[in-house]
Amino acid sequence: MADLKINNLYKKYGTVEVLKNINLDIKSGEFIVFVGPSGCGKSTLLRCICGLEEISSGTLEIDGRIVNDVAPSKRGIAMVFQTYALYPHMSVYDNMAYSLKLAKIPHAQIKQMVEEAAEKLHLSAYLDRLPKELSGGQRQRVAIGRSIVRNPKVFLFDEPLSNLDAALRVQMRREIGSLNESLPNTTMIYVTHDQVEAMTMADRIVVLRDGIIEQVGAPMELYDNPQSIFVAGFIGSPKMNFFVGKLASKFNAKTVGVRPEHIKIVKSGGVWNGKIIYTEILGSDSYIYVDVGEENPVIIREEGKARQKIGEEISFSPNNNQYHLFDENDKPIKH
Amino acid sequence: MFEQIAYASIIVILGVGACLAYFWGSNWLLDKYLLPDKQTIGSGTVNRDKTRSAIRPWLFLFPALFFLSLFLVYPVFATLYFSFFDSASRNFVGLSNYLWAFRDPAFLQSIYNNLLWLIVVPLIATALGLIIATISDRLWWGNIAKSLIFMPMAISFVGASVIWKFIYDYRGVGVEQIGLLNAIVQGLGGTPQAWISIEGLNSFLLMVVMIWIEVGFAMVILSAALRGVPEETLEAARIDGANDFQIFFTIMIPQIMPTIIVVWTTITIKVLKVFDIILAMTNGQWDTQVLANLMFDWMFRAGDNGRGSMIAVVLMLAVLPIMIWNIRRVNSEQGTR
Repeated sequence: MADLKINNLYKKYGTVEVLKNINLDIKSGEFIVFVGPSGCGKSTLLRCICGLEEISSGTLEIDGRIVNDVAPSKRGIAMVFQTYALYPHMSVYDNMAYSLKLAKIPHAQIKQMVEEAAEKLHLSAYLDRLPKELSGGQRQRVAIGRSIVRNPKVFLFDEPLSNLDAALRVQMRREIGSLNESLPNTTMIYVTHDQVEAMTMADRIVVLRDGIIEQVGAPMELYDNPQSIFVAGFIGSPKMNFFVGKLASKFNAKTVGVRPEHIKIVKSGGVWNGKIIYTEILGSDSYIYVDVGEENPVIIREEGKARQKIGEEISFSPNNNQYHLFDENDKPIKH
Repeated sequence: MFEQIAYASIIVILGVGACLAYFWGSNWLLDKYLLPDKQTIGSGTVNRDKTRSAIRPWLFLFPALFFLSLFLVYPVFATLYFSFFDSASRNFVGLSNYLWAFRDPAFLQSIYNNLLWLIVVPLIATALGLIIATISDRLWWGNIAKSLIFMPMAISFVGASVIWKFIYDYRGVGVEQIGLLNAIVQGLGGTPQAWISIEGLNSFLLMVVMIWIEVGFAMVILSAALRGVPEETLEAARIDGANDFQIFFTIMIPQIMPTIIVVWTTITIKVLKVFDIILAMTNGQWDTQVLANLMFDWMFRAGDNGRGSMIAVVLMLAVLPIMIWNIRRVNSEQGTR
């Protein structure tokens, strides 16, 4: 059991507030993803949770105990860093055993614990190697192994996959996912700026922006019912299209948002008209970029190979009801 | 005055000109006489290309190798040769210079002092440098402190010796003392001492001069190395439960170990050659003699080529292993880069 509770948390550097009034309840065993653009405070929040940054005001509870003033090592947390942060002068075994040695656990027991973790992460053959002799994916696994041996209640990941290439990232994403399943009582908090990672891995996503929480919810909840234009634009790829001004006039709202996959092209008489300026054909689907006289083109996703040509004038509309309306405050309007 | 400057300028211009002429000219000659002939095709051209690229490095290295041999390699062998001859370098005396040395109290005293210097100075200079580098990175006035500590590096050993001679200065009983150390001692209610002549202590007082100079060097190099240690590894160690001391000794020090060793060996080599401090401060009196000063005494004061050379050889043999080890280290580090 490791419930984590954040109450009215603020983080200030001098007069600059980096985190403002953060409130969050995380249940034991949940996989939570903090997502947001660079500088939104997601890493700072993670560092406040692990204790590398001091909390300016508010409380952080782990398992019902307020840990604001508890040393990082005593909080029952473990952290995987973006750069892995392996100790370069220690072998894989020593990297994983370091925290156990500091905790004065008997050698035989350390050996057993490290070997167990190495087994789980397919690292048994590399225990004598130095970090520099490992590939990126292996280093990442050592970093995870170093955290696992501590048997933490809360597992923290700080953008752990951003130093890996695309193929390896997908593989490690799966491995972290299965790690989560094999440790059902361990809470995991994962920071990323990549909304795909957030969508695929999270039980619940926390979207942060400028130091405040924009929305918390399950991935599909954020996708279906974004509570602000920011969340609507951040979740989903390609980005949601936004129509404003006279393009939105028919809908009685300030902004109309439609996802590229929710637009259909019609022969004539659609809601919007425009000229195709660019197409991306990916095989399974195609993205059509349409100029409607605004700064950004509208993106339409078509299944299969698009038949439309560049320069063609087309007309298009949202699928039934699959659009989002927002008011002057960028908040959603029911429709 | 003007004549001298003009003369010096002409020499400089001639020297640089001669270098240019040599490198450019020899290269030009090589290209001209071993130019790949346009008519020849196939293996003939390849062979000439090979010969040219085999000759070119030697051509460019020749001046350096020549002068190094003349002023470095030749004297080494000459010194070795002289060490087996008598004071006027006339009669071969075999190993008797060496055998004499190991019964000579002054020589044994020098060996003992050199060993003492060898252990104390690199140890304290490196340790102090490391401590200052670590602490100064955390203080707002750290950079000011670092500049002040680095400054003695710019002072020559002789200059530093003069400064410290004043600090240790002693005027006879009843005369006003001008030494800083005696001022402190008097201020604390003690009696002034002739520090430099207190046997046993004075060697350490001389070492302080060298430490004073070398701490700056150690600090600058180690400070740069410490900044190269990734911050995340320190944070990871904190999460793993290490306290500040454990982080320093088990995470930071091992990561900068190669630099520590380079600093250590560099200071060690300088220590083995220590000469000016002894000459300027005690000239080897009161049991402070070291090999380099003893060599100078025998060679130029006593005019004994044999014994002077013998001490030079002993000194060289002492430096040699550390030099070789140091060069190997540097090479192997570059190899893995």
